[in-house]
Amino acid sequence: MSRYELRFSGAGGQGLITAGIIMAKAASIYEGKQAVQSQSYGPEARGGASKSEVIISDGPIDYPKVTQCDALLAMTQEAANKYSHDLKEGGVLLIDSDLVVKIPEGNFKTVSFPIINTAKNDVGREIVANIVALGAMVALTGQVSRENAEKAVLSSVPEAFLELNKKAFSMGYEKALAASA
Amino acid sequence: MSKKVAFLQGNEAAAHGALYAGCNFFGGYPITPSTEVAEVMSVELPKIGGKFVQMEDEIGAMAAILGASLAGSKVLTSTSGPGLSLKQELIGYGCIAEIPCVVYNVMRGGPSTGMPTGPSQSDVMAAKWGTHGDHPAICLVPASVQETYEEVIRAFNLSEKYRTPVMVMPDEIVAHMRERIVFPEQGEVEVVSRKSPSVSPEQYKPYDTSFGDVPPLASFGSGYKFHVTGLNKMQDGFPTTKAEIVQAEEERQVRKVEANADDIVTFEEYQLDDADVVVIAYGSTSRSARYAVNAAREQGLKAGMFRIKTFWPFPDKQIKALAGKVKGFIVPEMNLGMCANEVERCAQGKAPIHGIFRVDGEPINPDQILDKMKEVK
Repeated sequence: MSRYELRFSGAGGQGLITAGIIMAKAASIYEGKQAVQSQSYGPEARGGASKSEVIISDGPIDYPKVTQCDALLAMTQEAANKYSHDLKEGGVLLIDSDLVVKIPEGNFKTVSFPIINTAKNDVGREIVANIVALGAMVALTGQVSRENAEKAVLSSVPEAFLELNKKAFSMGYEKALAASA
Repeated sequence: MSKKVAFLQGNEAAAHGALYAGCNFFGGYPITPSTEVAEVMSVELPKIGGKFVQMEDEIGAMAAILGASLAGSKVLTSTSGPGLSLKQELIGYGCIAEIPCVVYNVMRGGPSTGMPTGPSQSDVMAAKWGTHGDHPAICLVPASVQETYEEVIRAFNLSEKYRTPVMVMPDEIVAHMRERIVFPEQGEVEVVSRKSPSVSPEQYKPYDTSFGDVPPLASFGSGYKFHVTGLNKMQDGFPTTKAEIVQAEEERQVRKVEANADDIVTFEEYQLDDADVVVIAYGSTSRSARYAVNAAREQGLKAGMFRIKTFWPFPDKQIKALAGKVKGFIVPEMNLGMCANEVERCAQGKAPIHGIFRVDGEPINPDQILDKMKEVK
């Protein structure tokens, strides 16, 4: 049985828990797979370490946490240092190239582009950086189709911001493909 | 095939389960990691004419639901460790005055403020012994989002049927985890309501045992007047110190739950037929255990799991029976051995018990359990 494990890690307030939820929702509601999302975070509302974990499978999922990570998003240097050693051989690491300057080494593929800056400058709002990152993770992991992931994004954000999030998602998707080519 | 599905968190599912069961009053005080229950109830209850009250603290919240229940509402409060400690005096009041209510408590690290965002399973003894005195205890420990929804419905049904407080205690992992949930249609799952009096207001006694161990409960405001107190009481609800009455009433209150253990206790047996190493687990820890059992089976080990779904009453009978058949029990839990002690009591020395106890805010991972299985073999 296929078990695919993703971890979205960084700092509280970066929207990583939301990104994880949307990824899991895409798999579980739109892609017809099974998915579990769980999280851990500190007592702070902002700052502090934050992570969101998503397990995707064709069958029932028992243990809801990451055992050996297939795909890791690290939005801080601290998260990159802490979690990259859990990555499977052949796994994929996505980092924000402005925030993670010391690139972790290992038997995995590293993809990097300026995620927050893409949100700020190309999409126009820094707040959608998590959706840029999500678009990139969808492209890099191939666990859900681009269409289903986009549906999950659009069903999860306020109506007034549909276009903004759609743009953020596409931008992340395209940039990740370009960066990993 | 057109059943409503959603991708929900355990806490959100709990709130929707309560609404399905007919909950129309919520009294609470927000606390991590249970606040989402209050959030959903505050949005949904006004839509159906129910009442949501955020009280001044957890004690007030518990008092509010007891009062609302006596007025005929189906009631819920949600909280976590420190809030549970505060509610304990009034949970005892609910037990002795026999007031149906559901207390949903998400287990986080403790004691005291402990670790607000960290998972734990260390409130399971507080569910039985947190309030003083002999009293009945029912406590359900779900392991998934769907099960949290279903067990909250069952908690309401049990509290109404047995006229007593019922606790639902997911650990923080189950409470905050998100999974797909399929909602039942109206009428698909049984919903139980308390027995109303069949006698006139003049003849009514709130603890009239001629109707059995669970006397009918009238609603305040419906024309029935009766006395409610935390003191030991007579059939009419007024206090007494008469030895034979107090003895009989205390015994009845415990008996109404204990004698119906077969109706209340639920569990899952996984790969037990030929198992010689049996993991006894509950809540999110049972998910690690299932993973470990599957991995062990692939390696040729005869491992199985007995999953506790109802922590109180404890599945004494089932564990006693298993103890005679296995080489050993493994009890993984996010506390320092609360369930293991109960297993030991049931096993009566017939099977060794190996604990895996974690209180560091991290889940017990499947490898820890698998390693222990190999030791026991």
